[in-house]
Amino acid sequence: MNTIQKDIIIIGAGPAGLAAAIAAKEQGVQDILVLERDSHLGGILQQCIHNGFGLHRFKEELTGPEYAAKDIEQARRLQIDIRTGVTVLNLSSDKTVTAISEKEGLVTYKAKAVILAMGCRERPRGALAIPGTRPAGVYSAGTAQKFMNMQGYRPGKRIVVLGSGDIGLIMARRMTLQGAKVLACVEIMPYSSGLNRNIVQCLDDYNIPLYLEHTVTDIHGKDRVESVTISKVDKNRRPIPGSEFKIECDTLLLSVGLIPENELSQGAKITMSPLTSGAVVNSHFETDRPGIFACGNVLHVHDLVDNVSEESFIAGKRAAEYVKNGESNKQTIPVLDGIGVRGCVPQKLFADETEPVHIMFRPDNVYKNHFLTIFAGDIPLKSQKKLILAPGEMVNLPITTDMLPKIKEQGSLKIAILPEKAV
Amino acid sequence: MYDAIIVGAGVVGCAIAARLVQYSSNILVLEAADDVSEGASKANSGIVHAGYDAEPDTEKARLNVKGAKMMEDLCLKLGVPFGRPGALVLGFDEEDRKQIEVLYERSIKNGVDGCEIIEREQILKLEPNINPDVLCALNVPKSAIVSPYELTYALADSAKENGAEFLLNTKAETFEHKGDFWQVHTNAGTYEAKAIINCAGCDADRLHNQISTRQVEIIPRRGQYYLLDRMDEPVFSRTVFQVPTVLGKGVLISPTTHGNTLIGPNAEDIECALDTATTREGLDEVLGKSAKSWPKKNLRNVITTFSGVRAHEKDGDFIIGAVEGAPEGAFEAIGIESPGLSASPAIGEEMGDWVAYYLKLKKRGNYRPPTPLPKPFSRMSLKEREEAYRQDPLYGNLVCRCETVTEAEIRFSIRRPVGATSVDGVKRRTRAGMGRCQGGFCCLRVAEILKEELGESDLLHITKQGAGSEMLVGRLGEEDQA
Repeated sequence: MNTIQKDIIIIGAGPAGLAAAIAAKEQGVQDILVLERDSHLGGILQQCIHNGFGLHRFKEELTGPEYAAKDIEQARRLQIDIRTGVTVLNLSSDKTVTAISEKEGLVTYKAKAVILAMGCRERPRGALAIPGTRPAGVYSAGTAQKFMNMQGYRPGKRIVVLGSGDIGLIMARRMTLQGAKVLACVEIMPYSSGLNRNIVQCLDDYNIPLYLEHTVTDIHGKDRVESVTISKVDKNRRPIPGSEFKIECDTLLLSVGLIPENELSQGAKITMSPLTSGAVVNSHFETDRPGIFACGNVLHVHDLVDNVSEESFIAGKRAAEYVKNGESNKQTIPVLDGIGVRGCVPQKLFADETEPVHIMFRPDNVYKNHFLTIFAGDIPLKSQKKLILAPGEMVNLPITTDMLPKIKEQGSLKIAILPEKAV
Repeated sequence: MYDAIIVGAGVVGCAIAARLVQYSSNILVLEAADDVSEGASKANSGIVHAGYDAEPDTEKARLNVKGAKMMEDLCLKLGVPFGRPGALVLGFDEEDRKQIEVLYERSIKNGVDGCEIIEREQILKLEPNINPDVLCALNVPKSAIVSPYELTYALADSAKENGAEFLLNTKAETFEHKGDFWQVHTNAGTYEAKAIINCAGCDADRLHNQISTRQVEIIPRRGQYYLLDRMDEPVFSRTVFQVPTVLGKGVLISPTTHGNTLIGPNAEDIECALDTATTREGLDEVLGKSAKSWPKKNLRNVITTFSGVRAHEKDGDFIIGAVEGAPEGAFEAIGIESPGLSASPAIGEEMGDWVAYYLKLKKRGNYRPPTPLPKPFSRMSLKEREEAYRQDPLYGNLVCRCETVTEAEIRFSIRRPVGATSVDGVKRRTRAGMGRCQGGFCCLRVAEILKEELGESDLLHITKQGAGSEMLVGRLGEEDQA
């Protein structure tokens, strides 16, 4: 089997892979190959037929397919080589990529740079170990979304949604509009894990009750779901005995979290963050394997696709620079999670950045009237009041270049959520 | 008129069928469920017990040791995943030590080679994740693992390839003796044969008691399990038991033939054998007990939980042979709880030969020995993958990304002699949907392939696990207004 040389190989042609490809091509790298396992481009956007995408990037409300179409058209204009139906089987740390497809069989590529853009998957029922029977009718929300929006089928008539992640909320509305009865949305935490606008537009507007601090504790029905038992939970998220009630339904939709799909990254021995379940990257979105970059939901689960595109443009641009200039041996400064902050990305910062670096993370709880504070070491640089911070909404915090000398001097950057103003 | 009707297509029924077809015979296998291997055969620990546990001079001990010795060769012939990781039975105090000594004595009486009692230091050297409070252990190098449902499917295929008929969704209601033959009345008609073989698992006592002078009672005994994802370093490289109790061999932690880690089962006697639900209490019990072997247990990698119901006969031993007090031509293999999987090759051989002898059947001249199942794509080398693709380009279409299952393999699983007819049937035959996303990505594609292969007109007819478990309830645009 011959090995084919490439400048950049991008794994995945969802919003992250497309943006990275466009940026790399615009930087003048010609020999780019994008490998997509599905039969279409645009990834999960294609099944997200609701609107609300692109408000930040395009200043308009697009549907998922409309948003994807913009990048797909741009990629076509730039004549980027994108192949569908190709599954990458293996990635090694020396950037050898083994892929297979019905059309071409097994092919081995050797790339100067690789960009990981595989996206994420949904947590299944099994991961929660929900007791009960194992009938038809238990679906992750995205699977149900695919059944409906890609195939035109209805997965159920009487629905309970477990988890208040965005896909679950969107599906609650979608199924209601298609004539199904959504009986409840059940969330184990005292707050939703989805965007506030989705709580309002998808549940409140359709009078779908949201049960906070509740969870599904039993599933009934031999062949098809017949009902679920719901219990209130205590502060430790353990079900409270005696609080159970049953809802008759034929479908349980799960929207209980997304997990970056990093099997290939692990194969390449890339260091992973236990907080984000994605790779540890520097402010070029480069992993600790030189020349392997990561962006989008495979790096950390985003709330908005606009942010995915934004970070993927940077990853694509930096990968192009890597191809042109080779490895950079510059020192990096660690980015640390302070109080209230969970999983900052990137985790390392180059001190010579010439543009603002955006640090993204999710608050570890709901905070009202708290101060988002940037530290150089232990010295506060900036403290900004926020009316509300919640795990469902990602924080995107720019570190401006004027802060960098101090950060470099102190040896670390730290972000914290504080009750008092620090500077 | 059939030579023999086998009631129940679990691992025992299929092993008997696979043996009987080596004779010139015409056989019918009846199965109440929508697929073979649907009862205890699909949901058990998958351990091939070496045979140190069963009390000497029981059918359990004899058939366990004999079956376990046959298993590796059988799996090789069928192309079924098999491994021999060995096992440790852990003891934590002097009371346990006495029991371990009893097990060691039994291993010698039962003719199990190679067992030895080892002490803490050596145990921790072999298995560093074991609770350091361990005192001693029975080391059982012969202990093995097998994929129980894949074994059953392969046995069923071999029987069918040699002419056995399988009727699924067909529940035997009553046995009726008609002079020199038997009638089996089912929910879907009556079938006649010179011999009947009752392997109906948890339902076997009902059928047995219709025709026998000895009343038996099968107590459905449920066991719940956690299944963990493959990890870089498996928790234990061996099957780790605790000392057995009256209810069974206790909670074990074991690698599976596919590199997962299995934790379970508990043991609870239940009313209805079809009640394979898991419960919070049951799962908590499994976790609590497993902590004794693995105190630093880590459940981040749980991919699913499940339960299986084993057929415990109240007197405790297997009941094998001609049905006591019944007219001739009635045979049975019932009360086959653990170590039933280990014993199944021996039960199949003995019962098959016995019934053939009764029917005066001759060895078949045109017997087709089983063709080993093709190697799964996930286990192929690069060269083998290239070759597989050359043979069938559908090996180039990955359907299940978690378990690396290709379209070629999914189509094959449906076209096999006793092929998959449901999404779960494909899952157990190919592992598509068995991995960490539990079918979230691939179930739709699997359903589409099933539709094509089964010649169904609509995806709406495709089920998860047989009639009543349709995946979808309708098309968009034909809403019933709620």
